[in-house]
Amino acid sequence: MSDGSARISRADVEHTARLARLALTDTEIEQLTEELGKILDHAARVSALDTTDVPPTSHPIELVNVLRPDEVRPSLDSVEVLAEAPVAEDGRFRVPRIMSEEA
Amino acid sequence: MSAVEIAAAVRSGERRAIDVLEEHLARIDEREGQIHAFNTVLADDARAAADAVDAAVAAGGDPGPLAGVPIALKDNLCTRGVPTTCSSRILEHWKPPYDATVVSRLRAAGALIVGKTNLDEFAMGSSTENSAFGPTRNPHDLSRVPGGSSGGSAAAVAAGFATLGLGSDTGGSIRQPASLCGVVGAKPTYGAVSRYGLVAFASSLDQIGPFATTVEDAALLLSTIAGHDPCDSTSIARPFPDLRSGIDGGVDGLRVGIVEELTDVEGITDEVRDAVEAAGRALEKDGARVDRVSLPSSAYALSAYYLIAPAEASSNLARYDGVRYGLRVDAPDVETMNASTRDDGFGAEVKRRIMLGTYALSAGYYDAYYGQAQRVRTLIVRDFARAYERFDVLLAPTSPTVAFEVGARTADPLAMYLSDVCTIPSNLSGDPAISVPWGAVDGLPIGVQVLAPALQEALMFRVARAVEAVAP
Repeated sequence: MSDGSARISRADVEHTARLARLALTDTEIEQLTEELGKILDHAARVSALDTTDVPPTSHPIELVNVLRPDEVRPSLDSVEVLAEAPVAEDGRFRVPRIMSEEA
Repeated sequence: MSAVEIAAAVRSGERRAIDVLEEHLARIDEREGQIHAFNTVLADDARAAADAVDAAVAAGGDPGPLAGVPIALKDNLCTRGVPTTCSSRILEHWKPPYDATVVSRLRAAGALIVGKTNLDEFAMGSSTENSAFGPTRNPHDLSRVPGGSSGGSAAAVAAGFATLGLGSDTGGSIRQPASLCGVVGAKPTYGAVSRYGLVAFASSLDQIGPFATTVEDAALLLSTIAGHDPCDSTSIARPFPDLRSGIDGGVDGLRVGIVEELTDVEGITDEVRDAVEAAGRALEKDGARVDRVSLPSSAYALSAYYLIAPAEASSNLARYDGVRYGLRVDAPDVETMNASTRDDGFGAEVKRRIMLGTYALSAGYYDAYYGQAQRVRTLIVRDFARAYERFDVLLAPTSPTVAFEVGARTADPLAMYLSDVCTIPSNLSGDPAISVPWGAVDGLPIGVQVLAPALQEALMFRVARAVEAVAP
């Protein structure tokens, strides 16, 4: 896939949805296969430009690491923060099981 | 009354902030049912803020440069204890535990926050139709869109619900709705305004900026919110000028370039092209030297943008996982919980962009898509640099068309994306740009864009003021 003309397949969409943690329905997968193909065809126009020896721009301004003194500063109140969590318990976020049975 | 006039009258005690506010709230009562500019109206909070401003004036204090000025905030700007939904189901009930830096600065300046405005979900869209809470309508014609993604703020200012508004602009989301609603809207230089507390979409492109009915009001608002913030390491660490001083300096002797590729862009209407040409002729009459300029790579800006912005979005939106805030859809294991929450919580356009970005970043495609788009971004930056060797500022259309009918572009994502073809280059380069109203066709406003080099906002507003002064 170097000239950007190859259409995205249903399998590509399913794989990408898994990477993106989106439990898409069958209808959504079908529709996205069609739509992403069209959008990527348009986006692939960028490959028409010769960019030999052109460096990438990831950011419009020069970025440098910004460090601050390692001092204790006030932070968000944990009670207030946890109040916005879907489920909290004992001052922590509660989530369903992370390891599956067979793991 | 303009924001400049309101603040002057309130600070001098000539008018009370509460009276100014009530006039705006009355207009909201009257027309908000039809327009739906707001997700949340904060009438009581705004009244309390107005009372505090009036008390400060009565006590001989100065409540600040925006004293008593009603302002509408896009609902992706964090407001402490007040819902900040991004017009998404996934954040529908979320109340941030902190204020965005721009919000703190507005409060300190005496502004009155009248509400949180509707947007395309997570600022992804050009019509404010991608909102989980229903579309916003254009105050000039209720059958038309207000543009987007900051359509709620643009409509609120156009309808007189607020004197000022704030939006965010990632690919044109301030300038395009400003154009379609007939108001002024500006995207500052990347890094001029702190993004702390702006819910992230595409971090290398996002900027917060002003909506207003006059160029001077936009300058006042931007001057108030701009400047370094230690909470945003990409904010520029140098003082930002007061944009109102010198704003009436005129354009005599300035070199103005009309961008060929954007003025002749596919799908542009004659009226919009004529507006840009007419603005150029008017500036020439005022002493500017006007010529055409080519930005050859700008023809590829839209394609590059629709790889870069979704790539960044797919990463930024990974945080909505049903764990720390927002919606959770229950499931027996965490991965299914994440994936079901995200499928239920995000709307179609947000999912489309997450998928696009994830795909463009995935193994085997990264260099052909994302990498190539970033190199094209460099070419666009170089085009602008070359243009600014010959010109002080550039002129271009803001939107290729006037406001379109509700529903006209919802079935075709690419047709919708083309709405931003004239605004995207400035986001990729990081340079400032402003849309100024220039007449109307059949009652639907047209906007003309003034573009300037990075950190040349003072010059840009001076030219914008000159355009405004001669606009039909």
